[in-house]
Amino acid sequence: MVSNAQANQRTLAKLLVVAAVMFGFGFAMVPFYRAICDALGLNSVIKADAVANTQVDAARLLTVEFDTNLRSGLPWTFTPLEKSVRIHPGALTQVTFEIRNHSDRAVTGQAIPSYGPPQAARYFKKLDCFCFTQQTLAPGEIKRMPVVFVIEKDLPQDVNTITLSYTFFEVEGKSKKAG
Amino acid sequence: MDAAHAHNGHGHEAHGHHYTGIMRWITTTNHKDIGTLYLVFSLTMFFVGGLLAMGIRLELLQPGLQFWQPEFFNELTTMHGLIMVFGAIMPAFVGFANWQVPMMIGAPDMAFARMNNWSFWLLPPAATLLVVSFFVPGGATAAGWTLYTPLSTQMGPGMDLAIFALHIMGAASIMGSINIITTILNMRAPGMTLMKMPLFVWTWLITAYLLIAIMPVLAGAVTMILTDRHFGTNFFNAAGGGDPVLFQHVFWFFGHPEVYVMILPGFGIVSQVVPTFSRKPLFGYSSMVYATASIAILSFIVWAHHMFTVGMPAAAQLFFMYTTMLIAVPTGVKVFNWIATMWKGSLTFETPMLFACGFIFVFSMGGFTGLVLAIVPVDIQLQDTYYVVAHFHYVLVAGSLFSLFAGVYYWMPKWTGHMYDETLGKWHFWLSMIFFNVTFFPMHFAGLAGMPRRIPDYALQFADFNMISSLGAFGFGLSQLIFVYVVVQCIRSGAKAADKTWEGAEGLEWTLPSPPPYHTWETPPVVK
Repeated sequence: MVSNAQANQRTLAKLLVVAAVMFGFGFAMVPFYRAICDALGLNSVIKADAVANTQVDAARLLTVEFDTNLRSGLPWTFTPLEKSVRIHPGALTQVTFEIRNHSDRAVTGQAIPSYGPPQAARYFKKLDCFCFTQQTLAPGEIKRMPVVFVIEKDLPQDVNTITLSYTFFEVEGKSKKAG
Repeated sequence: MDAAHAHNGHGHEAHGHHYTGIMRWITTTNHKDIGTLYLVFSLTMFFVGGLLAMGIRLELLQPGLQFWQPEFFNELTTMHGLIMVFGAIMPAFVGFANWQVPMMIGAPDMAFARMNNWSFWLLPPAATLLVVSFFVPGGATAAGWTLYTPLSTQMGPGMDLAIFALHIMGAASIMGSINIITTILNMRAPGMTLMKMPLFVWTWLITAYLLIAIMPVLAGAVTMILTDRHFGTNFFNAAGGGDPVLFQHVFWFFGHPEVYVMILPGFGIVSQVVPTFSRKPLFGYSSMVYATASIAILSFIVWAHHMFTVGMPAAAQLFFMYTTMLIAVPTGVKVFNWIATMWKGSLTFETPMLFACGFIFVFSMGGFTGLVLAIVPVDIQLQDTYYVVAHFHYVLVAGSLFSLFAGVYYWMPKWTGHMYDETLGKWHFWLSMIFFNVTFFPMHFAGLAGMPRRIPDYALQFADFNMISSLGAFGFGLSQLIFVYVVVQCIRSGAKAADKTWEGAEGLEWTLPSPPPYHTWETPPVVK
């Protein structure tokens, strides 16, 4: 056994290194996942889209509906100024949303968009959106924010209505410092 | 050699145990004692997890809510999964490794005997944390054993206790694996080359490597949940720029190899049992080794088949679908090798062989439903239905658990020096086999018809299937009491077992007395 002891210690050291490296690998998956999503263009719903030269398809009319939600007990109201718009594919459109902070503390939130039907997402190009940055509201503050978008005209023919749904989440790390 | 634990005359003061009673078990560094501790612990947790399963089936016996609130039902399913995976199945296999690996390779003990003691004694506190979490405000975690975010970042303090329990069990598991690998690589008897090792030792060597690769990843994942919950990080918080789907990727990078951790040692046990009762050497030994290694390597590139519905590019879905199906090839090699081993053997069907044959039959059924679920369009239909529940219980209960039973009946005469009651063992097998299928077979139909898992209530058209499943589950649970009786009776009063208990058994452990002395192979045997 004594002759084995040193060999065992060496094996132990090697295996501990493997375990430590794999612990690091778990965390390394975080930037790796982001890099893959960026490279494949996945998950890019809160980044500005680039729109190539588009033509307006005046023959087709789409309805875009707006839906707003609040999560994690956010003390806000959040409403679109128009409930829906009728537009042509390819047309540059601007709509406005309003948020109001009802609490007596500064609150930071982040809006996350989602689309119904989901396959419309890749044709829905946002040039400007309040969801590209975190929004901080002072106590009682009211803020009006624009969304500028184009729906690409190669949207499948069977999609006539797109719902753009925003959910505001409270960014807790920030608000604790601010409040 | 009746005095199993006699240490007089061994002359190894450093290894002799100085304590008696409870202190003997707390301070022991003997691989046989620690193996026993692991097995007793996992049997206890098997009944705790089983009790939770009975609670689940009680609520599902009839439609509507009779016994539990939905929140508590979710706690039951979550804790049933966590306790069975981390408390029952994994420690049971480590118990087998502790008892058998040194005896089978001719080593005097595990490489790091003190670390071995520690890796066991971390488990009871971890299990206590899990059980106690039922009684904290908000109850135990109800996020499912997969701990998906954002559920797991929102739960009460029960979730924190589960995270700490997983940290502790992960550490214990890593230490146990390091011990097993070091023992196998460095402490084999002269002449015991790698390709002469019994297949059980091979499967554990590969499993231990899997564990060292994946348990740290799980530890990382739950640490990220913990910091998201309490320290303002945003790994999985969409609002802070994180992504809940990322958790699923990290979790299943651990989770898929984990399911092979729970089945590969079972393959090893069956590969010992089948040749013994066929009275033939194992067919295709080296192909078995390569198949085990192939399964282990492939298990790292299939994880996203658990998450086809969360959204991924079609190319990724195809990749994960094909790699998943590829695993059926080495698994098929194993099943065919077992059957070829039995072919023209002089077969007898003692309890270990019954469980091994039951394992091959029912595990293969679970494998086939796994292939069905690997097909992306089918999986999108069946995701989170009872079809999936049926699938993984066919591979985990009829797979891992039945192989454990086969191993216990096979080696218990060696461990205790007493024969178990063969008649009762056969009753245990047949009742388990029948009630297992009564419980889980109807779940295929309920799942195909669309019944979702993890829901305490269901539409009326599922009522008949669920009543059959529940009655089967109660029968299965009661049948396991026979097992406890058989084990206790075997330890206390069974007939004397021969050193080579089974006529066709091969291997170093059968050259030792039954029960083996407290210290074995202090002079290593020479393997020709």
